[in-house]
Order: sequence, then structure tokens, then C-alpha cells
Amino acid sequence: MADNSSSNAYWKANVRIILISLAIWFACSFGMGIILRPALSGIHIGGADLGFWMAHNGSIYVFLGLIFTYAVLMNRLDREHGVEE
Amino acid sequence: MDQFTLNLIVVGITFAIYIGIAIWARAGSTAEFYAAGQGVHPVLNGMATGADWMSAASFISMAGIIAFGGYATGAYLMGWTGGYVLLALLLAPYLRKFGKFTVPEFIGDRFYSGGARLLAVICLIVISVTYVIGQMRGVGVTFSRFLEVSTDMGLYIGAAIVFAYAVFGGMKGITYTQVAQYVVLIIAYTIPALFISFNLTGNPIPQLGLIGGYAPSGGDVAFLAKLDAVVTELGFKAYTADSSNYFDMFLFTMSLMIGTAGLPHVIIRFFTVPKVADARSSAGWALVFIALLYTVAPAVGSMARLNLTTSMWPAAVTGNAFDGPAVSRADIDSKPELEWVKNWEKTGLLAMKDLNGDGLIQYVSEPAKLAANTKAMDEAAKAKDEAKLAALTTEREGLLATEQLAKTGKTFAELGLKGNEVVKVDNDIMVLANPEIANLPGWVIALVAAGALAAALSTAAGLLLAISSAISHDLIKGSINPNISEKGELLAARIAMGGAIVVATYLGLNPPGFAAQVVALAFGLAAATIFPVLMMGIFSKRVNKEGAIAGMLVGLVFTAVYIFIYKGWFFIPGTNNLPDTPANYMFGISPLSIGTVGAVMNFLTAFVVSAITKAPPQSVIDLVESIRVPKGAGKATHH
Repeated sequence: MADNSSSNAYWKANVRIILISLAIWFACSFGMGIILRPALSGIHIGGADLGFWMAHNGSIYVFLGLIFTYAVLMNRLDREHGVEE
Repeated sequence: MDQFTLNLIVVGITFAIYIGIAIWARAGSTAEFYAAGQGVHPVLNGMATGADWMSAASFISMAGIIAFGGYATGAYLMGWTGGYVLLALLLAPYLRKFGKFTVPEFIGDRFYSGGARLLAVICLIVISVTYVIGQMRGVGVTFSRFLEVSTDMGLYIGAAIVFAYAVFGGMKGITYTQVAQYVVLIIAYTIPALFISFNLTGNPIPQLGLIGGYAPSGGDVAFLAKLDAVVTELGFKAYTADSSNYFDMFLFTMSLMIGTAGLPHVIIRFFTVPKVADARSSAGWALVFIALLYTVAPAVGSMARLNLTTSMWPAAVTGNAFDGPAVSRADIDSKPELEWVKNWEKTGLLAMKDLNGDGLIQYVSEPAKLAANTKAMDEAAKAKDEAKLAALTTEREGLLATEQLAKTGKTFAELGLKGNEVVKVDNDIMVLANPEIANLPGWVIALVAAGALAAALSTAAGLLLAISSAISHDLIKGSINPNISEKGELLAARIAMGGAIVVATYLGLNPPGFAAQVVALAFGLAAATIFPVLMMGIFSKRVNKEGAIAGMLVGLVFTAVYIFIYKGWFFIPGTNNLPDTPANYMFGISPLSIGTVGAVMNFLTAFVVSAITKAPPQSVIDLVESIRVPKGAGKATHH
């Protein structure tokens, strides 16, 4: 294992990436897909309003992007801190 | 060749493939039996996770639920996919680094307590057993619909197939079979969807068809707008209408998300990949394969709904439903393009009654008062209560003269209607009848049968593995006989698997009346017990044994009791304390959504109890620090 200060910095950086990712996760699904749907009814994606589309399709694409982005960022972070396998 | 023979051949070929894989992928060690020897490529593991995750309910029922529920059913779509973000970011990599075989094992080690491990085993078994009953029913029902055997016989055949590859192959056999099952189910699901989307919107990609234009009117009108117009004219709620309770929809979505991330049979899939980095990307691949079905499902649901409605009201294809007559009984009996209606009438999933005797079948939505009268008349007819029936008939005449059919501005009497003449449309029709509605060749219908079986079998196998490993590894090796040899444990695992299959088959044959409530209980408990305790075990060094046990107990008891109050104690009909209607819910929270509240209570209890009791020992703090960094994962250790 790397020394303590480096491993602390690694964990802090990881938690920061997680928090930002979860903020996006929340904003797309619970935000645009549910709570904000009435407010966003003027915006359209093709034949659907934005809230409907986020709830039925859009959020899933965002989830995919989030997981793969997290995987790439963490691989980089693992290497920077020398904790990769 | 007739349809039956074709179904038999296609299903037979897929079963032969599964058995072949079972022989090839026999498990030789406990590491192979529990975690496929940690040698599964992340993409293949993602595919297997997809098959494991997508159950008979996802394949057969979900599109139908969406079709009749519209916008608000987005809770299922977001909930059952968003959980993978939580898995990838909060659980999977750390549990893989921990490097043991089961979820209770982590809970037992992290909270240095055999009691915590035992409590986790109990939660796991309750969650997985309730879930597996639905899968066994799904296998039986699919067999009986497509292969003309009884539901019970279908269940025996399905159980024998699962037995063959799960008992001998363990996780290794299950994983590679699931890869094959994924391929079968995704092809079966998407082919009919491509054709239907092309017919309705001119775009063969269902995800684009959903937001595209409606082809029969030249594409000027959006498909969703057309669907809204058609269903509201007939008195139904608009497809894209707002949710009636955003607060409950929010909690329901959250409950499904954290429930997904807390389902043991999903979590153990991430123990099979070689490295921590693979656990992260494998969750992404799992979601890619799940998204292929989940982004198609809203198109399948909405398009099947429009197809069904315009089949009943031919004039609605290009104009308003009431511009022309409804479909006639004679047309249904004679026209080849309507043969599917007759086919599905035979199965009892679709039922029609020409109430006004005009030879036409009018499919409309009855306003609340009229619908209540219909229900009361059915009950009176069943009870042979002639006096009550006569009174209700008189009441009905009055209602028909005053109740209006939504947009038409005319009463039922003025329209010559005596009520809705399509008296039953089962949700499941939307997927099962799709190939026939779109006039696709017989082999596509056979493929849908094989796909439905693949979905049910793959999920059942994953659940059975979670159950059997909890018994052989956590109960037998973990507490009853810690000195058991590897060979002995492998044998115990196989016996536990065999036993679990027998129990699941028995419960599938004699469902205790709660098969339909599985979603509420399995997801609610996974959300309120397993997810919070795993997350705290990784992200907090302060939460201790006392906190974890108290948290799990509070989450378990609170969630189960809230569900039982509305659904009946242990789901025994008639034992519920309050009627299962929104008016009686606490703050409008339905029993389906209560897992979110249970999870919050679990977190709060654990933090408070931990704060006033002794901090965990140094060895546990070291364990938490070691699972937080990927370095040094290696193969799973066997103690």
C-alpha cells in the first residue's frame, strides 16, 4: 500500500469524483425526469418534452456516460497515486 | 411447419446450448463455484449481469406496464438502471477488492460480528426467495403459453434445466449460460420492436421512433402526440400526462435504485472479474446491455398501445376514433391481420363482450362512477344475487344517460354505448403478441418464447446461486463447521443449490399468494437493509458492530411492517390493517416506495448507535483502508 498521506489524498480525490458524479446522476433523473418536468415542459426532444424523455430514455444514457467516465478517471487516479494493480 | 413445432425447435435448440455450456463449464473448486474463478472478462460479465438482472418481469411485463401507465412508469426505467451508477461508484470496486465470496461475509468481517453476518444471511434469503418465486412462475407460464404443456409441467422442465447447469457449474456454469441467454433474449426483444417502430414512425430504431413523427399521417404529427390524442378521445388518461404524486414517484424511483444496488445476486456478479478496475467498467458494460432493452421498452410499450387501440378503432389510424365505426366481431373472426386478437382471446389475456349487441367491439374508458358500477355488477353476477343485479342495472341506465365520454361531449347513451366492451387487456400481451400484431414470421414468435424463458431461467439461476452460497459458505463454513474441507464445502454448495431449486419449484407450484408483491418486498428490503450497511462499511470507519446490527434491524422491521400493514401480514390476504389505497398511505408514500424511508432510518440509527458505543478495533480500520485502494487485490482468499 502507498504511504498514508498519499492514500488519504487518493481517497479524497475519489470521494470528490463520486460526489460530482452523483450530483449529475441526481440532476438528470430526479431533477429533470421528475421534479423539474413541469418547469421544463417548453423544451422538446423531437416529439417528447424534455422531462418525459429524460424519464424514459435520456437518464439511462447519462448513467452510462457517468459509469464509464468514472472508470476512466479512477484508472488515471490509480496510476497517479501508484495504487493500480 | 406449424407454430407449435417451430416453438419447440427454437426452444429446444436454446436449451441444448445451455446444457452444452453446463458440461463445458463444470466447477472444480469453491472459487469457481462461488465466483467463476475470478476469471470472467468484464464485457462478458456485463452481459451475464444483464441476463441475471433482466427477469421474466422485465422481458414480458415491463413494456405492458409502461403501455398502460405512461410517463409515471419512468420510475421503473430510471430506477432499474440508475442503481448501476450506485453499484459502480459506491460498492462494486471495494467489494471486489475485499475479495471474498458472499455479501454476508463482507458484513460479518467489516462489522466483526457473526450476528451481523447471520442477520445479513436472513435478509439475503428473504429477498432472494421472494424474488425467485416470480421467476419460476414465469418459466411455467411461458411454457404453458407457447409449448402447450401445463404450467406445472413447464415448471418441472425449467427446474431440471437450471439444475443441470447450476448444480454442476456453479457461478462458472451460470455465468457462461447467462451470456448465451442474454444474446437470445435481446434478439427476441428487439426484432419485433424494429419492425413495429418502422411501421408506425418510418424509423426502424425504436429509441428514435419514440420521439419521431407518426408515419400514417405523413410524419407531421409527433408519434407521442398522436398517441395522446387517440387515448384521450376514448376517455383514457393521456400517455404523457403528469404523475399524480411527484413525491411518491421520487421515493419509488429512489427505492428501486438503491434496492437494485443492494440485491445480493447482482452484487456477487462483480466478484467474478479479475481486477478492481474491471469491477468498475463491468458495471458500465452491464448497463450497456441492460440499456439495450430498457431504452427499447418505452417504444415497445407506447407503440403496442397505439397498435392495440387503432386495431379496435380503425378510423383512429388517420383521424379520430369516432369518425368511423369500431372494429366488428365479424372482422376479428375473419380478417387475417386481426387473427392475433382471436389467438389471445383464447388464452384469456384479452376478453371482449358485445354489451350493446351491435356486432361491434367498442374499446373505451369508463368514468369512475360507471367503472364502479361495472365492478359491482360483476361481483353480484358471481354471487348470483339477482335482486342486487337488478338494482345495479337500473342504476347503470341512469349513469349511461348522464356520464359523458371525455372529449366527445356526448353521454354514453347518446353514443349508443353500454360500457367498455374490451373487458380485459393483460399487460403481458404487449410483448407476447407484438410479433403477431406486426405480422412477423413464425420464427420470430418462437424466438420471443425462447427469449422469455432465457430471461426467467437466467435470473432464477443467479438468485439460486446467491441463496446456496449464503447457506454453504456463510452458514455451514461460517458458523456451523468452520473446519470443513474445500471438497466438503463444494459438495455442501451443490446440495444447497439442489435444495434451493426444490424449494423454489415447490413455491412456484404453490405460490403463497404474494408472487405479485415481490417487487415491493425484495426491493424494499434490499434498499433498507443491505445497501446502507454495505455503503457505511466502506465509506465510514466509525460505524461499528452495534450500529450496523441496529441499523439493519430497524430498516428490516420498519419496511416489512409498513408493507404488511397494507398488503397483509406475511401477504396472507385479508390480514391487512389498512386498505391498500393512496388515501390511507402515510404522507402519500405507497408500500412500493417505503424502502427509501427504511434506508434513511437504517443510516440514522447506525450513526446514532455507533456514536454512543465503542469505535471499531484497529484491525477493522485497517481492513477499510485496504479495500479503499485497488492495489493488492489478487485472487479471492479462502481464509
